[in-house]
Amino acid sequence: MPTELCGIELAHPIINASGTFDAIAARRVFGDALIAQFPFSAFVSKTVTVAPREGNPPPRLWETPGGLINSIGLPNKGLGRYLAEDLPELAALPVPLIVNVMGFTREEVAELVAGFSEREEVAALELNVSCPNVKTGLVMGADPGEVAALLERVRPLTSKPLIVKLTPNASDVVAVARAAEDAGANAVSLINTIRGMALDPRSGRPWLGGTTGGLSGPAVRAVALAQVHAVAAGVDIPIVAMGGVQRGADALDLIRAGARVVAVGTESFRDPAAGTRISEQLALLAANSDLSRDASSLNC
Amino acid sequence: MSAPPRVLAPFGRRAARVVERRVYGAYVVLRCADPDGPRPRAGQFYMLAAAGWGGGDGERPFLPRAFSVHRAGAGQGLAFLIEDVGPGTHRLCELQAGEDLLLVGPLGAGFVSPADGRRPLLVGGGVGIAPLAIWQDELGGASALLGFRDAARAEGARLLADARVATDDGSVGHRGLVTDLLREQLDHDPHATVYACGPPAMLESVRLLCAERDTAAQLALESGMACGFGACFGCVVPTRRGYVRLCVDGPVLEASELDTAMVAGAGH
Repeated sequence: MPTELCGIELAHPIINASGTFDAIAARRVFGDALIAQFPFSAFVSKTVTVAPREGNPPPRLWETPGGLINSIGLPNKGLGRYLAEDLPELAALPVPLIVNVMGFTREEVAELVAGFSEREEVAALELNVSCPNVKTGLVMGADPGEVAALLERVRPLTSKPLIVKLTPNASDVVAVARAAEDAGANAVSLINTIRGMALDPRSGRPWLGGTTGGLSGPAVRAVALAQVHAVAAGVDIPIVAMGGVQRGADALDLIRAGARVVAVGTESFRDPAAGTRISEQLALLAANSDLSRDASSLNC
Repeated sequence: MSAPPRVLAPFGRRAARVVERRVYGAYVVLRCADPDGPRPRAGQFYMLAAAGWGGGDGERPFLPRAFSVHRAGAGQGLAFLIEDVGPGTHRLCELQAGEDLLLVGPLGAGFVSPADGRRPLLVGGGVGIAPLAIWQDELGGASALLGFRDAARAEGARLLADARVATDDGSVGHRGLVTDLLREQLDHDPHATVYACGPPAMLESVRLLCAERDTAAQLALESGMACGFGACFGCVVPTRRGYVRLCVDGPVLEASELDTAMVAGAGH
């Protein structure tokens, strides 16, 4: 079931969600079998920031009914070391590389976009806008004006496709998606995790070291479907959809709701090869559905 | 320290048929056939789940659970030691011979052999005795000091050879902590490498006892994990070189790398 995203040819529509698969660590664990059996048609990196980050204090995880709250805090080695150490390793992957970046100011995002724009290993950039702009205090992805201003700053810096990762913690996600499209984004991806919290049953205080975290897994699937459906009606650029996908049928739902490409996240924690299984299930379902008779509906 | 003992895992989750389920007091040992998997190193672990996952208390479990391999060997398959303490372990304890474990592994890096003629000394607490059994097998024997809450749990001492036992309630062996026994041993002769696995407070006590005496120690730590292969970054523990992911940089860490073994969220 080949498809394409912003001019990038993909062998099938299943990629990974940012921050849910570390191909470098996985190669240490699974060896070359990871390369031979790579489960995704593109690899999306964990978020890279300008400065190195240790991440949030543990505990970082809490299991919920059908889901997971995480408070990881974007640990990463920072732009300089990522460019020098990780990009050459990721070039060994058999699929296109999409690098996810986040800045705390527009200038930081600009530095990241410019830094990766020069590297041929990178097929596209995904902008994580789920953080506050420390200069304005507004969460960039929660405000259409912030997103427009961000795109206007970074769009001229690269010819690579820019994918805006929308946050579901916004009052009007469709307005944010439209603002991204109008300001030159090539695609949008959604949903990011939904803010959630858990209390330590023994102390009654917040369990997570970061107090709150992001909810993912099948618990958020219905929210993802609703937001993808709404955004698809509001923009013409392609949608990368994610949220609780566990089976081919879940991916098919998101495609029917308007997605071009579907990302798998939390399910990979349960089975690292889940992406392969889901893409195979999706291909079977699509062969028996309207999608195979009307291929254009895949590109809606 | 030589290269960490790490056997690569087949990519993806696989089914391993349970061939034997045995009860040792408060513990269940599940032995499964794993013809498609390699023989793991002592101290490595697996992520385990089963059919019917999600059907327990609070609609959990959702994520797989991490277990050190308890025994492995030619013709033996893999054995895991499990105590029913929550929805994940409850479901696993229900499994019977003929049902499937769903597993990913072996994962992480295990124990390293003693250096400079130091004698190996195994210290375990509760269900944390699990990886010490396979390590005792690999070492061809080693003294074991094991601590348990009560007599039902002290049944687990049968899983290792020649173990000295302490129980909190004095029902079996020494009344008190296993670290009382360790202190006695190290005061007699500190030239040892201690291999320890157990609750955070026990590990911290082992770390301090060993640090005071310049005794080498390798601690098999526990931390809540979602994936087990470095993807989720959820299982980090603080070390002297910053946070490390226990799943790929552990679960066995040199005690000298730690300022504390009191891992936040462990033992939950």
